[in-house]
Amino acid sequence: MSEALNELSTYIREARASLVADAEIAYGELTLTATAENLLPLLTFLRDDVQCGFISFIDICGVDYPAREKRFDVVYHLLSPRQNQRIRIKVATAEDEPVPSACPVYPGADWFEREAWDMYGILFTGHPDLRRILTDYGFEGHPLRKDFPTTGFVEVRYDDNAKRVVYEPVELRQEFRSFDFLSPWEGTDYVLPGDEKAKA
Amino acid sequence: MTEHNVRNFNINFGPQHPAAHGVLRLVLELDGEIVERVDPHIGLLHRGTEKLIETKTYLQAIPYFDRLDYVAPMNQEHAFALAVEKLLDIQIPIRGQLIRVLYSEIGRILSHLLNVTTQAMDVGALTPPLWGFEEREKLMVFYERASGSRMHAAYFRPGGVHQDLPPELVEDIGIWCDEFPAKLDDIDDLLTGNRIFKQRNVDIGVVKLEDAWAWGFSGVMVRGSGAAWDLRRSQPYECYSDLEFDIPIGKNGDCYDRYLIRMIEMRESVKIMKQCVNRLLGDARTGPFSSTDGKVVPPKRGEMKRSMEALIHHFKLYTEGYHVPAGEVYAAVEAPKGEFGVFLVADGTNKPYRCKIRAPGYAHLQAMDFICRGHQLADVSAVLGSIDIVFGEVDR
Repeated sequence: MSEALNELSTYIREARASLVADAEIAYGELTLTATAENLLPLLTFLRDDVQCGFISFIDICGVDYPAREKRFDVVYHLLSPRQNQRIRIKVATAEDEPVPSACPVYPGADWFEREAWDMYGILFTGHPDLRRILTDYGFEGHPLRKDFPTTGFVEVRYDDNAKRVVYEPVELRQEFRSFDFLSPWEGTDYVLPGDEKAKA
Repeated sequence: MTEHNVRNFNINFGPQHPAAHGVLRLVLELDGEIVERVDPHIGLLHRGTEKLIETKTYLQAIPYFDRLDYVAPMNQEHAFALAVEKLLDIQIPIRGQLIRVLYSEIGRILSHLLNVTTQAMDVGALTPPLWGFEEREKLMVFYERASGSRMHAAYFRPGGVHQDLPPELVEDIGIWCDEFPAKLDDIDDLLTGNRIFKQRNVDIGVVKLEDAWAWGFSGVMVRGSGAAWDLRRSQPYECYSDLEFDIPIGKNGDCYDRYLIRMIEMRESVKIMKQCVNRLLGDARTGPFSSTDGKVVPPKRGEMKRSMEALIHHFKLYTEGYHVPAGEVYAAVEAPKGEFGVFLVADGTNKPYRCKIRAPGYAHLQAMDFICRGHQLADVSAVLGSIDIVFGEVDR
């Protein structure tokens, strides 16, 4: 399995050296890194080339790394039923930097890109209909970003007087508790309560 | 009536329509009875599963997977467990693998029974659901006897399964396997040759194979269009490569073929279950049911009473949880509805950094517009029934 993957990796790098920035095999999976402008030619090559045959579209998703300058990774998963191989393509992008839509290559990318837009605010150029998909009508913000609180900002309830569902700022009976179970013996990057006195 | 009086109608199908299989709102644009455009509005059951998983430890994340496709809960857990195991690089003992396969196939039958029978209900037959649900009830009792819960089992854990199966339970599953094909024959007699059922399903919702791949279809949806593709055979996980079963493949890619495939797959699942039962009562009767790595799998209750180390492990695993080495993996299983994948990004701590859930129903539902365009309004519910969607996994 891994030999075939190595072969595939070298083949892609040789055939389309200009399109692939990096290729890496980890945990028995091949990951290509590409840039936004090279994405569509790369996807088209992977789909149409006889030795690749990645005709099956699997998934598009975003990953958020707020500390990076280009904070998002857009991750594409493809499957080649003929070669029985999977491949992952990663494109780094920033909040205001659009990525070309994969819809012309894979029609199935439509909703997955809408989801990435909804959840992360990643923009896709050339997408036929980039609306929100999973969140409520009129929702604001991009919930899967790391700086979006898990509790959200608004809550809804049925108001008996107004005879309709009303939106209100979220009110927590109890502070959202994010338990920190990381072992303090393995080196934490914060100071344990009380330890600051020891230094003084 | 003059020409300019003819106009298209927009109608809302759902969100509370019995044939919408949950909370789906379809905005249909109709020209007479011909569907011009389908715009599914989803997300009414969105619970932010992926966000919640990021705030929980790996063990705490498992129950969320039960609530995705709640018709076959354990198959979802399986994908997550496989992803975590891939990162941790742990092997599952054979007894654990057999139990997993056994319960995955129970899940497949649960899902197919619900789908086949409600698809029949969507096109007008009321009896099959009553018969099918009787069998589903028995299967859910098997779930309960293994995990304590009829649906939300949290039974497949990274490293194996939560608890061992008592031999009586395995025997009872074996007895059920012998009785079930007769029940399936009843449903088969009622539907397969049925004139109305065929009129509503044959040549409806035809999908060509290349379209099926490009739209991200998987599972029954590509097999119905003629692809010999099943992850259990093509990218085998657990002990599927040692088991004997066949993969049914359709020819026409229509709703009726997909129905037939589901019916045959149920019979194949029974075959797999029977083999698992025989091995669980035979050569794999004893032995560990989950990995013995104490850093991942909690110790048994009895050990905890005697061993200091087991007690520490138990405490650490249920508070801090285990740390998963940094990395990215994608693990997929052949869930009843298609390829259910988990893309897991770990950053070396005890919580997933990102857990993307790739639900088969999501890809299938987005093609509603593509499949239904040009069909009659009544075919929309037949197509919806045959693509087998459950909103738990579509909306996540």
